[in-house]
Amino acid sequence: MALLGANPAQAAEAAGVLGRDDTMGVLVDTTLCVGCRSCEGACNKVNGLPKPDRSFDDDSVLEEVRDTSPTAYTVVNKYTVGKGVEITRKQQCMHCVEPACSSACIIKAMEKRSNGAVTYRADLCLGCRYCMVACPFNVPKFEFSKASPLIKKCTFCFERQKQGEQPGCVEVCPVEALKFGRRSELIEEARKRIHDTPDAYVHHIYGEHEVGGTSWLYLASTPFENLGLPQLSEKDYPELTAGAMGTVPAVMLLWPALLMGFHYFSHGKDEAHEECSHRHDSR
Amino acid sequence: MKKLIYLMIGDPKKVFTPFNLISGLIIVVGLVLIGLRLFKGLGAVTNLSQTTPWGLWIGFDVMTGVALAAGGYTIAATVHLFGLKNWEPLVRPAILTGLLGYILVVVGLVLDLGQPWRMPFIMLFPRGVTSVLFEVGMCVAAYLTVQVLEFVPAFWEWLGWDKVRRFWSRLTVWLAILGVVLSTLHQSSLGSLFLIAPTKLHPLWYSMYLPLFFFISSIVAGLSMVIVESALSHRLFAYRLSSSSHFDLDELTLGLGKAAAAVLYVYFFLKLIGLADGNHWDLLNTPYGHLYLLEIIGFVAVPCALYVFGVRTRNVKAVRIAGAWTVIGIIFNRFNVSMIAMNWQISPHYRPSWMEVTVSLALVTMGVWVFRWLVNRLPVMSTDKPAVGANTLKDLWAAEAENA
Repeated sequence: MALLGANPAQAAEAAGVLGRDDTMGVLVDTTLCVGCRSCEGACNKVNGLPKPDRSFDDDSVLEEVRDTSPTAYTVVNKYTVGKGVEITRKQQCMHCVEPACSSACIIKAMEKRSNGAVTYRADLCLGCRYCMVACPFNVPKFEFSKASPLIKKCTFCFERQKQGEQPGCVEVCPVEALKFGRRSELIEEARKRIHDTPDAYVHHIYGEHEVGGTSWLYLASTPFENLGLPQLSEKDYPELTAGAMGTVPAVMLLWPALLMGFHYFSHGKDEAHEECSHRHDSR
Repeated sequence: MKKLIYLMIGDPKKVFTPFNLISGLIIVVGLVLIGLRLFKGLGAVTNLSQTTPWGLWIGFDVMTGVALAAGGYTIAATVHLFGLKNWEPLVRPAILTGLLGYILVVVGLVLDLGQPWRMPFIMLFPRGVTSVLFEVGMCVAAYLTVQVLEFVPAFWEWLGWDKVRRFWSRLTVWLAILGVVLSTLHQSSLGSLFLIAPTKLHPLWYSMYLPLFFFISSIVAGLSMVIVESALSHRLFAYRLSSSSHFDLDELTLGLGKAAAAVLYVYFFLKLIGLADGNHWDLLNTPYGHLYLLEIIGFVAVPCALYVFGVRTRNVKAVRIAGAWTVIGIIFNRFNVSMIAMNWQISPHYRPSWMEVTVSLALVTMGVWVFRWLVNRLPVMSTDKPAVGANTLKDLWAAEAENA
């Protein structure tokens, strides 16, 4: 029962099987990030997105905290922590191990792929935006200004990965703040870094267990909520609605039987009543 | 010809009434805005944003619309399944209100979807089986069909197709059962939709009991809507009631009020259990907490007490006020869950644009027009009363032949 209740990743781990936990991921070490925004530029290029108003070398962009958008799948933000300590953090889709968007999608246009990427089927999407409601990181972005709008988000460079290449952002990072690899190995690497320089890090790997685990993992020198990462439970999101969905067969089986019973019961009463009054009349 | 014109628009001299002019204006403006939305995108008309993807068209048109259209299944179950035949005269108007309500829900949804022309995909490629929204979509589609089948007997009567009408009556019980099953599923699922957003919905409203809250409150919404709607339509369409249908609406209203009081009472305690289960008592003394208290006391406990008072003292007027009060309370609750307490940490908080409000108003107004048009022609209020144009198709042709 404990095994059934656990999330699939934990269950697989318990059973000694390396399943979805062994997909690809990226370790983001925010203590190394210099906020150069090369990753933003690379993302823009590999996804063929429109040129932004301000170039990727313009550091003044960092003065305000930005969000990703339909034309920018990743952004780097600067957070001031404590006395003048500035930390920059790249944000993008976390590519959850158990993605909320995919479980919520009315037509499963959001798909969890074997390499760990959560990709989007633009040919199926109805534009209902329930993925946006479901995503705890507010990642899916909608083209509100278009007459035929779609959802836009980071693809984890699924096509590039298929050809054996690294994601565009990882490839250009000049300081190796982004490390691409198997998720299990990245977690080992993160633990090693924390072990080797315990004073440099908060002893927590963000994304190892949050919402059942994410493919993108973060290390930081300050609590993660200071860097705009929400505090989330370890429960995976699809589980939140699984219970309610599980009652569907019960309702469909129980109600008709019960209601048919009520119908005949109340009807039978009428007939009995009629018969009774009939007898009265004949007397 | 004259009869046909009468059938279509009624007395041409009575078309330009103040009500028609004002409601017509709302509809025209609404249609223009709908055109703007279709050609320029949702961003041109709505105040939706990347952090608030759902607004008034989901919160009112869908969430509230479905709840307020619950009268159809509650009354159909009361009469056809629980055998309380006295309430039969209220079934048809309730089913018509429900049917039109669901049509508005679908129209609202079409306007809100980014790719509405792909709606059939849900059935053509049923892939999203883990999605609560998929369940809602399938149930709403199925229940819409059920409601059409429940309402067509009025049309068969108008056509004078007695055999079809008699055959159809065998379906009644099954349709009522399907109505309850499908409504249980999707009324509750509208609440389940928010279970996947524990960090976005305010903790006082987020509860594992959301599906139960939505289902139980839909019963209250259905009963209260029937109380309000029957009071209005029996006044406005009194001329459509036949002299032979001598039912006592006051008596029926008191009965409905009794049922509504009981269900509302249960709902109030369910909400308290939810509050205890959530264990966020500390949040009650915050602005959102006050809003929550206003909802469960001002719009659940108080109307419940008023219902009880009305029923005990046989005060029909009090029951009707309690009905209207409860309807407002249901709207308030659905607004809270889907808009006001949703994304509560995000500022500036979403407010619908005047254009969103106008489109929603236009949809409701269109619903009222269609309701009036149908009630004036088909046997909805009662089965044998002079209609606009003619009582039945046969009468219409006879009149046409006479004119010629």
